[in-house]
Amino acid sequence: MRILVVEDDLEAQRYLVNGLKEAGHVVDDAADGDTGLTLALSRPYDCAIIDRMLPKMDGLNVVAEMREHGNTMPVLFLSALSEVDDRVKGLKAGGDDYLTKPYAFVELLARIDALMRRRAPAAVKTKLAVGDLELDLLTRTATREAQAIDLQPREFRLLEYLMRHAGQVVTRTMLLESVWEYHFDPQTNVIDVHISRLRAKIDKGFQTALLHTVRGAGYMIRAAK
Amino acid sequence: MRRNSGFWHWAQRVLQTQAFRITLVFVFFYVVSATALVAFTWWNAQRALDAQTDETIEAEVSGLREQYQRTGVIGLSDVITARVAQHGNGLYLLQSPTNSVLAGNLVELPTSAKTINRYVVEFDYQRSMQGEDVTRMARGQGFWLQGGYFLLVARDITDQKSSRKKFLTSIPWSVGLMLLFGIAGGVSMSRNLLRRLDAITRTSSEIVAGDFSRRVPLTGRHDEFDTLAENLNLMLDRTERLMKGMREVVDSVAHDLRTPLNRLRNRLEDMQRKLNPEDPHLDDIDAAIAETDRLIGTFNALLLIAEADSGMTRGSMAPIDLSVIVADVADLYAPLAEEKEIALDVAPSGVLTVEGNRSLVSQALANLIDNAIKYTPAGGHVTVSAGETPAGIDLTVADSGAGIPAADRTRVLERFVRLEKSRNSPGTGLGLSLVAAVARMHEAKLVLGDNAPGLKATISFPRTFVKKGANRE
Repeated sequence: MRILVVEDDLEAQRYLVNGLKEAGHVVDDAADGDTGLTLALSRPYDCAIIDRMLPKMDGLNVVAEMREHGNTMPVLFLSALSEVDDRVKGLKAGGDDYLTKPYAFVELLARIDALMRRRAPAAVKTKLAVGDLELDLLTRTATREAQAIDLQPREFRLLEYLMRHAGQVVTRTMLLESVWEYHFDPQTNVIDVHISRLRAKIDKGFQTALLHTVRGAGYMIRAAK
Repeated sequence: MRRNSGFWHWAQRVLQTQAFRITLVFVFFYVVSATALVAFTWWNAQRALDAQTDETIEAEVSGLREQYQRTGVIGLSDVITARVAQHGNGLYLLQSPTNSVLAGNLVELPTSAKTINRYVVEFDYQRSMQGEDVTRMARGQGFWLQGGYFLLVARDITDQKSSRKKFLTSIPWSVGLMLLFGIAGGVSMSRNLLRRLDAITRTSSEIVAGDFSRRVPLTGRHDEFDTLAENLNLMLDRTERLMKGMREVVDSVAHDLRTPLNRLRNRLEDMQRKLNPEDPHLDDIDAAIAETDRLIGTFNALLLIAEADSGMTRGSMAPIDLSVIVADVADLYAPLAEEKEIALDVAPSGVLTVEGNRSLVSQALANLIDNAIKYTPAGGHVTVSAGETPAGIDLTVADSGAGIPAADRTRVLERFVRLEKSRNSPGTGLGLSLVAAVARMHEAKLVLGDNAPGLKATISFPRTFVKKGANRE
């Protein structure tokens, strides 16, 4: 995938570019808003990572300009500013996701993967399936090996999010943000408890496990190879 | 009915104003001193009038006495008859030793004048006026002459008396009128005062509600109220400048600390990636990353407290339903409570809408529930509820844990304060400080109380932040 990185802190930029290249992406970089906008408008990218505060042109303005020119590529904002109002401003300006510095690289990687996947216009699905686990979005029921699995509404949403991102790393923060719509850190790791309850329902008593813990990153649901 | 109650409310407010009280006190002293002044003037005038009458009588008496000494009774009678013929105010009576009237215009000696010799008396007498007998008043002196004759010299004071009486009856009327005008003045002054004060109150509550661009309106009359308004506006300008400065400081502190923290975390992750999975140093790096994340967590919490306290987040307030927030946060913590064998109960409630920041109120509630679960032993219970009170809406988290000793309840709200027994459990020591800051931001109060046993933490949102009407359905 082709990714544009616009970041004025050169050390952070180098680290970001190296990490993304190691993960198998093709990366272009810019150190100011002007250059970033020119690149964004002249070359096709699958995703852009843009710092909120940039010399010459503010990150918010870069994205606003891009959107004005009809450019719809997914944008993830990186920000070192204080949080409460800033996230809203970033999303209003046309950003698709928002990450506060300092961030964990796995978090960033998981988020841009999710953004790029979202871009492919998936046909409206009424059923999700991973291996022999099936989720019917219309009847709100889950079945595995033809056995019905009884899920609470919140567990259903959790499983739905994981299955929509099947084969991808999903971080705890991403789950907290999309399933509960919270943007704060609940001191105790409550998400782990939710996952272990879900795991007890979908994996317990079956031959292969579908829900995996990715060490130091989060969780992933995938069919056994 | 409504109009009437509105009037009573208004009248009550007027009665309670300082202006009205000052007017009342002023009117009271004014009436007292005016009455005293009028009474003194009246008494003085009366005395002067009497003295004048007495002097005239005195002069006449000494003239008549001289006449008697020179010309005897015949001469005296002639003079008296001549004076009576002048039809003045003078009254005369000359009696012989046998009590027969020799001269004068009085028919007989008034009874009150008979006994007193050489002494001023006031008496009633009959006089025929236009064919009718009328009783009139007089003031005079009677005395004995040598040879047993009695002479009474007096002056008619009926007109004087009646004008005095008129003056006296007018006093209560004028005092009443003064009171009436005074109270009317007080009411109108109070109304004026209330109107000006209302303008200031309205502006300040709008500012408290988050609109910091508001200023107290000036009337251009250059009076004390305008001066007050100008000073308030100046103060508001300065506060706004300070808040803006604070925001810039928070933003630049955030930026200047996050950038190096970001680099630090990047480098650690870089090392982690480059090392062989079996390398013994990997554990150290993992520990260093975990420590960095704790540092970042503390820093973020501090920054959030600063943001909430600086009023920066006021712009992000919207109507939020506390019953939904309670249900959602409790839902997030339910499995954790279950795992610890703690019963997490949510007391049901209707729609409870307040003006607030959903994310921050949720986080504050999450902190309270997290604490409650952390400090409640297995088998205990935690109850979360939201409900209307006369003062507003209360958000309560009550547990059956060890609680906090009364002496420490204020202290634990300070930043970084952790009680001895909890020092070894994870946490930044900022959880309750953040809850307190979020409460302050919503003009709400965080109160830690005794749940006997356990802790009962309550965030009380005031009426002003409760959205009216929204809670009725």
